[in-house]
Amino acid sequence: MGVYILRRFGLMLLTLFGMSVLIFVMLRLVPGNISDILFESAGLVNPAEKKKIEAELGLDQPIIVQYWRWVSGLSRGDLGYAYVSEKPAIDEILPRIPITAKLASMALFFSVLFGVPLGVISAVKQNSPIDYLLRIVSLSGLSLPSFWLGLLILMGFVNYFGWIPIYSKPPDSFWTEVGLLAIPAAAVGFRSSALVMRLTRSSMLEVLRQDYIRTARSKGASNMAVNFKHALRNAVLPVVTIIGIEAAFLIGGLIVTETVFNIPGVARFLVEAIRWRDYPIVQNLVMFIAVVVVVINFLVDMAYAMLDPRIKYED
Amino acid sequence: MQENMNTSKQVRTDAAGTAAASGTILEVEGLQTYFFTRQGLVKAVDRVSFTLNKSETLAIVGESGCGKSITALSLLRLIPDPPGRIVGGSIKLLGVDLIGLSEDQMRKVRGNDISMIFQEPMTSLNPVMTIGNQIAEVLLLHQGMTKAQAHAKAVDMLRLVKIPEPEQRVKEYPHQLSGGMRQRAMIAIALACNPKVLIADEPTTALDVTIQAQILELIVELQQRLGTAVILITHDLGVVAETAQRVIVMYAGRKVEEASVGDLFAKPLHPYTRGLMNSIPRLDLIRGAETANTRLQEIPGIVPALTALPKGCVFAPRCPLAEDRCRAEYPDYKQDAPGHWVACWRSDVVAGGTSG
Repeated sequence: MGVYILRRFGLMLLTLFGMSVLIFVMLRLVPGNISDILFESAGLVNPAEKKKIEAELGLDQPIIVQYWRWVSGLSRGDLGYAYVSEKPAIDEILPRIPITAKLASMALFFSVLFGVPLGVISAVKQNSPIDYLLRIVSLSGLSLPSFWLGLLILMGFVNYFGWIPIYSKPPDSFWTEVGLLAIPAAAVGFRSSALVMRLTRSSMLEVLRQDYIRTARSKGASNMAVNFKHALRNAVLPVVTIIGIEAAFLIGGLIVTETVFNIPGVARFLVEAIRWRDYPIVQNLVMFIAVVVVVINFLVDMAYAMLDPRIKYED
Repeated sequence: MQENMNTSKQVRTDAAGTAAASGTILEVEGLQTYFFTRQGLVKAVDRVSFTLNKSETLAIVGESGCGKSITALSLLRLIPDPPGRIVGGSIKLLGVDLIGLSEDQMRKVRGNDISMIFQEPMTSLNPVMTIGNQIAEVLLLHQGMTKAQAHAKAVDMLRLVKIPEPEQRVKEYPHQLSGGMRQRAMIAIALACNPKVLIADEPTTALDVTIQAQILELIVELQQRLGTAVILITHDLGVVAETAQRVIVMYAGRKVEEASVGDLFAKPLHPYTRGLMNSIPRLDLIRGAETANTRLQEIPGIVPALTALPKGCVFAPRCPLAEDRCRAEYPDYKQDAPGHWVACWRSDVVAGGTSG
């Protein structure tokens, strides 16, 4: 196990290195840089002035040099300065992380809380009215984009209550914050919960046909014990994997949802930074998201090993 | 809950009285298990009756698809519903009809009074639970043991079924055990609550030959030691000859012949039984005969689709002795010798003839 973790860790570093190259190069493939945008919006074209700004920001250097500056800065914990605000990038990014993290974990929690039990019910009551209803709901969950669902929710609030939940900062208490974040989290998590539910259902249906389920029944176990103790323990394995993958998708969903619900989190900030080609913010933030996704997937693999005794990591 | 406990106790108290009186543990009368499928009504088990006595081994033999396993699952009322249902008959365990029990009461019977081991040891154990927990589960369910007691008993059970290093094995998962070991673990689960009836559904089919013999020996030995009555489902007549006292031959969901093992092998009365016996490879025939027909005999054709059973005797289309009456009417059971029953119009010809 120790060797496996070590090897896995090495692989993680390699993945992150690849990610850093990709992020860096792709960001620079996007047409225009901050000086282009500044000059275009001001309507001025003074090539000497533009050159000066580019030199100041180091944008005139070869791309290899630029990359080396970023990565070596990263290794020292220096993320550089944001182009737009001219503050250290770390001071811009760090304060915005907690709220997005809360939103993302609530969305994930939401998807598991509803997805898994409803998936089990759907499978156990296969082809019953409740199964059909749940399947329709989950299909709609997969088909609705989260920003559109967010807009629908907002419209619903305006229509019926005459107000919309606005994230005020700082929220009065923990529960107010949870309440405020619950709606956007539900809007983002609905898709994931639909996916988790469908996967749990099909996985359960497969497991319920297995011989060991018949064995469990022949031992006199109750339906509850058969479904949850014997079947779900086996059926949940692919669901755990998909939760790891969903965590990445979730961040994509957050970008639009934070915009729709006007939440001052990382994701919305990222979109603005992209508009300004604010390289230090974008590359560091995307790198941070990549680290989070890689770490989550590592944790998922560890959880997998704990849930399934057949998986052996030492070799 | 309270009520169920009482019923379960009642079953056990009745045990003392009735069993001592007659020696009969299980009495199945006119069992009918039908499947209601899109293709039509499938009479998987059709009016099957038999009794099982204390400490006895009763074998149920027949080809695949003849209703052996469905009979076994019916006894535990584990037929998946839909599409299957027990539509008639009675299953009396020490005088209590299991058909009439509620689902909760029936759960107290499963694994406790009647338990079952299955054909596929590789897939019949839960892959994510330790062997110990899987044995302990029945003890926790039925014997009211504490977890510590149940785990201690689990180790004892593994020792009983001759698994080496039981203290170690009890913590292992099924994938860490070989097929034979897993089947031993299944037997340990099945016998943990000291059931009155053990149903073994082709317990050795999936194992290789040397392991088969060990598992059968183990079942026979434990049966003698614990006094369990065994229903052994198999298609292997060799296994029947070695382990069972009485035999039921099933064909297309019906019992076609019932006899003691001695009577059945000495004087098979149903052409199907004779056909089964002729299809066993025999070393003496192969060795001696250069001139004789050494080719194994087979029963022509296959078991008919249970949705489209022929009128009259179900075996008639494959039977070399079939005549018009066989194709028109299903034969009644008749008794040839005490305990030797057959459903065949032409059993006298079968008994007299030299080959089937």
